[in-house]
Amino acid sequence: MEGQGGGFVMFDLDLWNEIISALRKNRMRSFMTAFGVFWGIFMLILMSGAGKALENGVLDGVRAFATNSAFFWTERTSIPYAGFQRGRRWDYDNDDIKYLRDNVKEIEYLSPRLFGWQQNGDNTVRGERTGSFQMFGDYPDYFKIDRWTPVKGRLMNEIDILQKRKVCNIGERVVEVLFDKDEDPIGQYLKISGVYFQVIGVIHAETRINIGGGKKEETIIIPFSTMQSAYNYGNRVHFFSVTSKKGNKVSDLEAKLQRILKERHKVAPDDLQAVGSFNIEKEFVKFSALFLGIQVLTWIVGLGTLLAGIIGVSNIMLVIIKERTQEIGIQRAIGATPAVIIKHIVAESVFLTVMAGYVGLSLGVGILEILNQILIKSADSGSELFFRNPEINLGMALAALGVLVIAGMFAGLIPAKRAISIKPIDALRDEK
Amino acid sequence: MISLNSIHKSYAMGSNSLHVLKGINLEIEQGEFVSIMGSSGSGKSTLLNILGILDNYDEGSYHLNGTLIKNMSEKQAAKLRNELLGFVFQSFNLISFKNAMENVALPLYYQGVSRKKRNIIALEYLDKMGLLEWANHLPSEMSGGQKQRVAIARSLISKPKIIFADEPTGALDSVTSIEVMEILKEINKEGITLIIVTHEHDIAAMTHKIIRVE
Repeated sequence: MEGQGGGFVMFDLDLWNEIISALRKNRMRSFMTAFGVFWGIFMLILMSGAGKALENGVLDGVRAFATNSAFFWTERTSIPYAGFQRGRRWDYDNDDIKYLRDNVKEIEYLSPRLFGWQQNGDNTVRGERTGSFQMFGDYPDYFKIDRWTPVKGRLMNEIDILQKRKVCNIGERVVEVLFDKDEDPIGQYLKISGVYFQVIGVIHAETRINIGGGKKEETIIIPFSTMQSAYNYGNRVHFFSVTSKKGNKVSDLEAKLQRILKERHKVAPDDLQAVGSFNIEKEFVKFSALFLGIQVLTWIVGLGTLLAGIIGVSNIMLVIIKERTQEIGIQRAIGATPAVIIKHIVAESVFLTVMAGYVGLSLGVGILEILNQILIKSADSGSELFFRNPEINLGMALAALGVLVIAGMFAGLIPAKRAISIKPIDALRDEK
Repeated sequence: MISLNSIHKSYAMGSNSLHVLKGINLEIEQGEFVSIMGSSGSGKSTLLNILGILDNYDEGSYHLNGTLIKNMSEKQAAKLRNELLGFVFQSFNLISFKNAMENVALPLYYQGVSRKKRNIIALEYLDKMGLLEWANHLPSEMSGGQKQRVAIARSLISKPKIIFADEPTGALDSVTSIEVMEILKEINKEGITLIIVTHEHDIAAMTHKIIRVE
């Protein structure tokens, strides 16, 4: 008798034998009980994984992008000012670069840009091969704002700018179109809009935010200074990309640069159209709020499902206890103490919830993993993904499992308490 | 062995209370074979519950094997039941998903006897009941008489001093009834006190002493 009272549940082999044989011999009942919990945890895992995947998918494309960046371009003026009529076309120029660098201390990186407008038909030639690509003239700082990494060779640098070298960084698709598979593009020459450039590096875009149109894999970037002189842009600048220094809000910087650029180019201060600009920070705040919302929703729905599962278990346990009143009555008549009976029922319920939870957890994670593999494959084949790397962190999985164990304990304890409140003899005579 | 002194028991039925046992006095010596008789609703089951420490009583005193049984905790009661008492029920009350051997061995499980050992002992008792070849059958595969013999084996396995049998032949035909009674007689001859609740006179007639509850 004493041996039954004190034994620690986990290591009481005989108890486990009893429990497992009781569960095995009541398969349908055990299965139904387990299913609620299984479904709860399965849905929680699947949903939070899917939510995370959506977040990863969208954020992956923008994560490497400097969130403190702003962009400026020019439009025709909408207000007559300082002797100019409305509708004037204008451009930024090299003096702006110098002025901004020297006078606006909030600027971290500044990169002017020229757009090589894509002409009809192919603009790039290499021997027999031709292709139509988007060309930009940039400063090396641009690679720090919209992150690009060299796959082969190197990125363009300050010396290329200073010496106006005719060199280019090309996107991965450019290589595919203009080169054989086993050919090394580094050091080779391309004729872009009539001018020869030497390839110094193949570059890969880390983000999918696209400034200036075209696909990022089909981009050719050349030194800004080279582009200005080689294609007769004079001292014109089409576009500015800037980032703010730490501690400065990019939206403040954006407003400040708007003011300065308008003043420098005699644009009316209240002209809302002439200086086009936007900052990434604003977009990021929107994204973050969206994903927080998705996550909260996922958790609410997931935990709700889990809770429903646990209530289901508790409920089924109650039914089981009712069904087992006689069995429990017999056990008590032949010497089972209430403690032993409670231990049995609770252990049974914990065992069921944990097993079911574990299966749900494994299956959920397994399906996410399969999904991940499929996504990786389709990513390799080049399709755009808004669903990427569905993952679930270990901490969360363990927390869910912990909740399950505790919930299982309660789901068992409540019916067990009820079970022992019934007098054994009533239990035994119940069926008559 | 058993000594009851003016035992009273009433049940609350809503606002009324139903006075079932009105001052029962009873002495049962060790080794006696006693039957308790009475019409239904006369309180014979209530009496059996009190004797079997399955229920409390309101007034009087109950000494079992020299110990006063009063307001016992469930744990103490369970211990006493397990060590001293065996039960046989009208509806057999075998656990349906356990086979004959496991059913018989169950009381030893609550005593903390290892599975292997208790199964060996259970087989011995089944053998005594002539049911060795039925050891691996579920209760649903056995006849009423066989089930009752399994139940008797189960009540014997913890080597009790007293066996309570609540209408042990109530669910059996007359031939099987007599078989079961013969087994109970045998058990009694080994020195175990037997107390049977019954409403059948021929069954009661096979015992040494008849106690009538009015």
